[in-house]
Amino acid sequence: MALLSKKDTGLLLDPLADNNPITIQVLGICSALAITAQLKASIVMAVSVMFVLAVGNVVISLMRNIIPSKIRIIVQLVVVAALVIIVDQVLKAFAYELSKTLSVFVGLIITNCIIMGRFEAFALGNGPYRSFLDGIGNAAGYGLILIIVGFFRELLGSGTLLGFKVLGDPIAKTGLYAIGYENNGFMLLSPMALIVVGIIIWVQRSRNSALIEEN
Amino acid sequence: MEHVELFFKSIFIDNMVFATFLGMCSYLAVSKKVSTAVGLGAAVIFVLAVTVPMNWLLDQYVLRPGALKWLGAEYADYDLSFLSFILFIATIATMVQLVEIVVEKFAPALYTSLGIFLPLIAVNCAILGGSLFMQSRDIQTLGLAFNYGLASGIGWFLAILAIAAIREKIRYSNVPAPLRGLGITFIITGLMAIGFMSFGGMLTGGEEKTETTDEVAKVEVQKQDTATEDESLAEVSQEINNK
Repeated sequence: MALLSKKDTGLLLDPLADNNPITIQVLGICSALAITAQLKASIVMAVSVMFVLAVGNVVISLMRNIIPSKIRIIVQLVVVAALVIIVDQVLKAFAYELSKTLSVFVGLIITNCIIMGRFEAFALGNGPYRSFLDGIGNAAGYGLILIIVGFFRELLGSGTLLGFKVLGDPIAKTGLYAIGYENNGFMLLSPMALIVVGIIIWVQRSRNSALIEEN
Repeated sequence: MEHVELFFKSIFIDNMVFATFLGMCSYLAVSKKVSTAVGLGAAVIFVLAVTVPMNWLLDQYVLRPGALKWLGAEYADYDLSFLSFILFIATIATMVQLVEIVVEKFAPALYTSLGIFLPLIAVNCAILGGSLFMQSRDIQTLGLAFNYGLASGIGWFLAILAIAAIREKIRYSNVPAPLRGLGITFIITGLMAIGFMSFGGMLTGGEEKTETTDEVAKVEVQKQDTATEDESLAEVSQEINNK
């Protein structure tokens, strides 16, 4: 017996590509872009969102029959806010430097549209197990884009990955720098995140013409 | 002067959309037509100008370490700042609800024009972001907090208005098919953000961005280099003088 039926696998894998939360559903861009100058921050953000979205989806899904629909937004916000406080406190305790880099953007997971979007679109109408898978899948799709953007911005912007100098030492002129390569400091500035995401969208849509918009 | 400075800084330099990417979701989703963009932008200005001062009061008298002193000396050690997320979002959600009811009662015309956007605003990152930045930037007085909320709202309004106008026009351009819609909007926003960066020097030469350690190290090494160069130059000049 397979642990995941075909439908469940779809829940997990669709958001990675053809139904990606960032490039297709246009959700969760707010906090995605500002923190991608470093790969490490992107990974931490992706993991935090995965925790909040998966647990939140299960909680909302368990409560879906007792939440009056008129106040559901407030209930959802309270659930997310509680989870985000947990993430924030854990980060402050175990990765203080990183939580300073992420600053307000951890708090902004609360209003990350991807979370409210999945609660509204999925968790309110499905059981806890499938909601959990949906949460993991969507957060993974979100994290994937974050990590791709973080990878390119850190590699081209500061010549490092996760803090390791993969392209050589810019000061001692070793590695690529010995032949005159220079870091593109522009990649570290926030506008480049938008342009990198734009290029990802371009690549993805030119590979799959079904995703192209009318105008 | 402080007020004027904060006002322009919040609109142009720390623009919500172009500098911190707040409210991007609704910025992208509602910017297809100028008229709807104006409606949402106005609602954002309004809600930010109300909620930022509210949350400032909350931060000042409930949340920050020692804020509960007004209750009595024994409360002076309390630090409730870990509750800020939940209290801020609760304030925002209730304020949005309240604003909706009041506007519906007293200004039905405005209500019909803002209509669907008001409830959506509770989950707009720009609103919570405004309050969180107010907290982390340590804004000093209630007046400044109001100013900050209002100006951030105006900055967001400008941004969505500009992109909506561009998107209305770009429909007549021949954009490569895979870039149409979302892709080109991202790239245009990036270019606009680069444009807005030039406002950075408007006030005090721009706020100092946290540089990556590499860059800092580089600068330090350069400093050392120049220092050694200076020394060698001094030696050379001394030698010349001696001769």
